[in-house]
Amino acid sequence: MAIQPAASRSVAQRRLRRSEATFGYLMIMLSVVIVTVFTAAPILASILISLFNWDVISPPTFAGLANYSRMLHDSTVIVSFATTAVLAVAIVFLQIACGLGLALLVQQRRRRATRAVFRTVFFLPLLASAASVSIFMGYLFDQKFGVINYYLSLLGIGNVPWLTSSAGATVTVVLVAVWQQVGFTFVLFIAALSSVPSELLEAAAIDGAGAVPLLFRIKLPLISPTVLFAGVIGMINSMQLFDQPYILTQGGPGSATTTTVIIIYRTAFQNLQFGYGSAISVALLIVLMAITAAQFAASRRVVFYQ
Amino acid sequence: MTTVAVLRRVGRGLGLVVLVIAAMISFGPLLWTVTTSLRTPAESFTNPPSWIPLHPQFSNYRAVFQQIPLARFFINSVIVTGLIVVGQSVTCTLSGYAFAMVRFPGRTKIFALFLATMMVPLQATIIPVFVLIRWMGLSGSLFALIIPALSGAFGTFLMRQYFLQMPAELGDAARVDGATHFQVFRHVYARMAQPALATLAILNFSGFWSEFYRPLIFLQNQNNFTLPLGLVGLQGNYGTGSISIVLAGVILAMIPSVILFIVAQRHFIEGITAGSFR
Repeated sequence: MAIQPAASRSVAQRRLRRSEATFGYLMIMLSVVIVTVFTAAPILASILISLFNWDVISPPTFAGLANYSRMLHDSTVIVSFATTAVLAVAIVFLQIACGLGLALLVQQRRRRATRAVFRTVFFLPLLASAASVSIFMGYLFDQKFGVINYYLSLLGIGNVPWLTSSAGATVTVVLVAVWQQVGFTFVLFIAALSSVPSELLEAAAIDGAGAVPLLFRIKLPLISPTVLFAGVIGMINSMQLFDQPYILTQGGPGSATTTTVIIIYRTAFQNLQFGYGSAISVALLIVLMAITAAQFAASRRVVFYQ
Repeated sequence: MTTVAVLRRVGRGLGLVVLVIAAMISFGPLLWTVTTSLRTPAESFTNPPSWIPLHPQFSNYRAVFQQIPLARFFINSVIVTGLIVVGQSVTCTLSGYAFAMVRFPGRTKIFALFLATMMVPLQATIIPVFVLIRWMGLSGSLFALIIPALSGAFGTFLMRQYFLQMPAELGDAARVDGATHFQVFRHVYARMAQPALATLAILNFSGFWSEFYRPLIFLQNQNNFTLPLGLVGLQGNYGTGSISIVLAGVILAMIPSVILFIVAQRHFIEGITAGSFR
């Protein structure tokens, strides 16, 4: 008899818990279905499709690893990985360096209004789409009529072939991407720098630390997790660079700015080689995972977590 | 004044010079785009550019609507972006709340799977998604862009983080008063989630309003083009002859983002920093 009330309570409790669980499953259902169907399953499907030759119209034929061995001998694909890596490293490095530099300089300004004006100006390019930016930058960098070459000619620098030479196109794509995205790293670093405790900086200043030691000994170590984050996100995005080179130069001249995603787009969606395209996209995924892992490993000694 | 003080002053002065130059580089191309969109097509490529539009020609803004279906592109972009923003606001609030506040078996494991998909690049999924969309008969329609984006791991993660900060006692109290699980969610917690919801909505807006790659792959008919795709097509079709008209389109496409930025600047900044403090 003494046990009866406890048992009935536990039955009620179990029923309550079950109703809570049902509620939970109902709440996550929509998200689970969409994420599973359109993200999780497609990753596995990419690997599967890469083992076939398939043009979506006729039935697929099994190819084993043939698409992968073809890729290793396909110089356009190999070169595209190298091209993308060069562009990505340049973009990410400049994005972090410029974003950090500008954030430090803006933080120095004493008046709030001044800081707000600069913040807004550096953020504005992010409000345009990469496609829009590539359109107007294409005009500005035009060799004959572009505004940039006009002002350079006033400085005595003549007729730079920004979009029509290999080196010029590479530099232009990097500059256009950095010009637009520097606001992103800038905002990140502003937030990180303002979370550095001011007592720490004041104490160091009282001890006679100058601006340079203050930066390298206190500020940079404290915001190093944000630098790592900017580097990882930046590499993941830049290794998938498409809009700027596609619109500015169509990947040219020659293959100078043909990124891996441009190759995937042409292979899968223009030439309808879905198997081969999938193999390249799986390779890109592996490269991205390797880069991210390497960044975390390399940062272990440098990044300082509070 | 001591030497150190002088040095510091010079340093701050140099810093301002660098900032002003950087601001000119940042703002210059946008200003040129605005002023050139206000020049006659014949003058649009003359150098030096006129930085101040003394005789603005709004005719380009009329022309851009006459020469291409810009209004159509605009409506398409509004439909795609609007439905994705609304869809994710609903689905991610529901799932984010459940992962934070509701106890059910497998919660941790399912959430770990969500996190794993968060960093998956679009390129690793786009080919199977294309095949799936074709199979569903949605190829070429705006739904090809909308349906796969109606929920997301990042949105779920963002909302979950926000709900985790809320006190559980509020819900318990409401439960004791006889409220159902859904009523607790709807009337107690969902109301408090509005700041996170605004950040998520703005992140999604800026991401999908400017999207180019998926529209390029999924849309074939010009009537279904979104703004970025339509504008790039305009640049190709009309060549360099009427760049003021193209630039008028570029400016028009940017206006909703600028308005949103003015209204909700704080949420733009939060959206960017939200990811970094994981």
